[in-house]
Amino acid sequence: MRRAGWPLLIGVAVVVVGIAIASLRANPYLYFAGYVILQYIVIATAWNILGGYAGYVNFGTPAFFALGAYTAVFLIRSVKPPLPVLMLAGGLVAGLLGLGIGYLTLRLRGVFFSIATLALSVVLQTVMVNWEYVGGSRGLSVIRPSGPPFGNYVVFLFTIMVALAVFAVLVARFIERSWIGRGLSALRDNEEAAECMGVPTLRLKLFATTVSGFLLGLAGAPFPYYVTFIEPNSAFALDYAVNALAMPMIGGTTSWIGPVIGAVLLGSAQQLATVTISSELSLLIVGVVLVGFVVVAPEGILGLIRRLRGR
Amino acid sequence: MADALLAVEGVTKRFGGFLALNQVSIAVKPGERFGLIGPNGSGKTTLINCVSGALRIDGGRIVFDGRDITSMPAHRRTRLGIVRSFQIPKPFSSMTVLENLGIPLENAAHGRGADGVDAMEILEAIGLAAKAHLRPAGLTQIEMRKLELARAMAARPKLLISDEAMAGLSSAEVDDILAILLRLNAQGITIIMIEHIMRAVMRFSQRIVVLDAGERIAEGTPDEVVRNPAVEKAYLGE
Amino acid sequence: MFSWDLLANAVVAGLLLGGFYAAVSLGIGLVFGLLDIANIAQPAFLVLGAYMSFVLNEVWGIDPIVTGVLLTPVFYLIGAVVYRVYYGSFERRGDEGLRGLVFFFGILFILEVSLSLKFGVDYRLVQAEYIGRSIEIAGVGIAFRYLIPCVMGIAMTATLYLFLSRTFYGRAIMAVSQDQGALRLMGANPVQIKTIAFGIGIAAASLAGALLITITPVVPSTDRDYIGRMFAITVLGGMGSIGGTLAAGVILGVIESLMATFFGPSWAPAVSFGILLLVLAVRPAGLFGR
Repeated sequence: MRRAGWPLLIGVAVVVVGIAIASLRANPYLYFAGYVILQYIVIATAWNILGGYAGYVNFGTPAFFALGAYTAVFLIRSVKPPLPVLMLAGGLVAGLLGLGIGYLTLRLRGVFFSIATLALSVVLQTVMVNWEYVGGSRGLSVIRPSGPPFGNYVVFLFTIMVALAVFAVLVARFIERSWIGRGLSALRDNEEAAECMGVPTLRLKLFATTVSGFLLGLAGAPFPYYVTFIEPNSAFALDYAVNALAMPMIGGTTSWIGPVIGAVLLGSAQQLATVTISSELSLLIVGVVLVGFVVVAPEGILGLIRRLRGR
Repeated sequence: MADALLAVEGVTKRFGGFLALNQVSIAVKPGERFGLIGPNGSGKTTLINCVSGALRIDGGRIVFDGRDITSMPAHRRTRLGIVRSFQIPKPFSSMTVLENLGIPLENAAHGRGADGVDAMEILEAIGLAAKAHLRPAGLTQIEMRKLELARAMAARPKLLISDEAMAGLSSAEVDDILAILLRLNAQGITIIMIEHIMRAVMRFSQRIVVLDAGERIAEGTPDEVVRNPAVEKAYLGE
Repeated sequence: MFSWDLLANAVVAGLLLGGFYAAVSLGIGLVFGLLDIANIAQPAFLVLGAYMSFVLNEVWGIDPIVTGVLLTPVFYLIGAVVYRVYYGSFERRGDEGLRGLVFFFGILFILEVSLSLKFGVDYRLVQAEYIGRSIEIAGVGIAFRYLIPCVMGIAMTATLYLFLSRTFYGRAIMAVSQDQGALRLMGANPVQIKTIAFGIGIAAASLAGALLITITPVVPSTDRDYIGRMFAITVLGGMGSIGGTLAAGVILGVIESLMATFFGPSWAPAVSFGILLLVLAVRPAGLFGR
């Protein structure tokens, strides 16, 4: 931990590069697509903190992401605070949801947590569909603030997402290398043994669900400004559910690098596919690849690399 | 019971309608070598699970080192010094043998002074040093049992509960494990041994308690217990 | 606004729906409740069954319930294959935790998206001469399209219960759910038994799917409505209790019906989720659980 300085420096360097790219005023599609891929880096990393490190599968990623988005919508409509406040609020609310679901189900078996998250998305979507203030089923138009840096709000959001992606990866890396990460590995391998070796398993599990939820909410909060029209079907899209799983599982779940690899590879592939084949077909392919990897190469690309290296 | 390290007082445990433990009381003195025997299904492992915190009890009290730990979660009991090994070894399969020991060192032993006794020394003492950087999948049966014990040692126990660590081992391997346990006891660790291998229990224990059908039916020195007719009846039937 | 008439209708509708919900949950009750295989793809097989029933009904005009019965062998085979893949890839390696769940989710996902690609997002329904007819008993209207699935649901529950308690393979399944080791010692092969059970579970889903499309039109995303219901019913009824599944189905049906009548129909998913969380928090063994 004494050398914790240099990852932070690399992170800052990445953000600087991001800002440089933003100032280029390149093809706007670059920023749209870049935003999506960076968003997926955050989502995949967040999922992996609970799924890869602790072994608890969250099928309800859309619920946390959308909760961040809708928290932002609520605040935009009522108080209109600056973006950082929106993001913090989104993160905190989603983090609380993670804590709540965790507290209710994590003292039982892991499969009940997963089943609860599966049902959670459906329920939350129902709530948002019925809540007129944030648009209900018809949706709500969201007006971007004026005078953004770089002259273009999407470009601005792009840099925000660069910073968020760096933040998420640094958080994941920090957890992974700390006693928390080692404790999570132990409880993933054998929860009963971990508890008997002094690992405070319940506390660590709740920590993981809360941090995971928090990051997902952070990622969702800028979403209303990005799409300018928020409605439940896109906020709760199935894409998030399957990609949040597929990207870490295909990239590799044991380290922070895996979700990044998965997000970049799958995210770019899907961006390409949406313009060539239908977005639904590309989603289907993601599903098939996911199942393929889970059956044949469960340790993901990272695992394949490790095997090739002969370790 | 005043000078007991572990006092189990009238503990009752039910699984639905089934009474697994019926008002069982045992007292283990500090530094003692304590044997817990009984036929299959008599409640030995259930009792251990209650002591270690894996199960909540339905009645009675558990006192360790003067503290009532009845409602304490398992990981905190471990930090107080109650450490158990598992009948069927439960290693952390994604970590090396050395890293497996790192977990109890970091969590259970944390703050109680690791005394500079690090993981490698424990592995050397138990004979697993050569396999320190292997994953548990690459270990033999007896090496897995030793890993269980090594992990328990890394947790710096005051009370070590060894749950059938010798089951299914050869005679020489049984002696091997027995020697390790005797050495640990010589260092001051109180040990409760659950075993079916009678010669090991007889040689090891200073005092034995016998359970049958969830109740304590006998207690005494190995010689006393072996000659007790109730014990004979429990094992052989009538 | 409240009236006894409304209440009576709501309760009856709920009871009928409950029989159907029991049919929907039998498969999961068998596979997850008894055998501990968390097949979260089950709702997708339900919807797949509904769509297959739709195809047979539209192309050949076969009565939907009959199509459901006809398709059971097909779905049984599909279930057997899926389980074999699951077993070979995960259960045998002891990996069924994370990876097994993701595997089933992948299947759920692939099924839903495939149906969406093939059939689009329009609602599909079946034609049969009894749909739309109803009878009246004591002032309460009972629609046939609710009554017949309910009766089928009760019949399916009874059949499964008898199968599990009276036949050799049924009792073998019960034995596997309790102690696989003992079963092996008796010479039976637990994997084969579980394959049979899983096949039955998927076949039950498809038959329930035929009932589903009789009651209401379906879209590919209908599976999401049933995730909460299936697991809520299984947990509420008690894992492994077939009779409990029927009781829990009826309870859920009545509560949903009352909620829909007095608070609006869009809160249905919240009901099953709420029940699921409540049961897990208060009495995880359910009403009749082991």
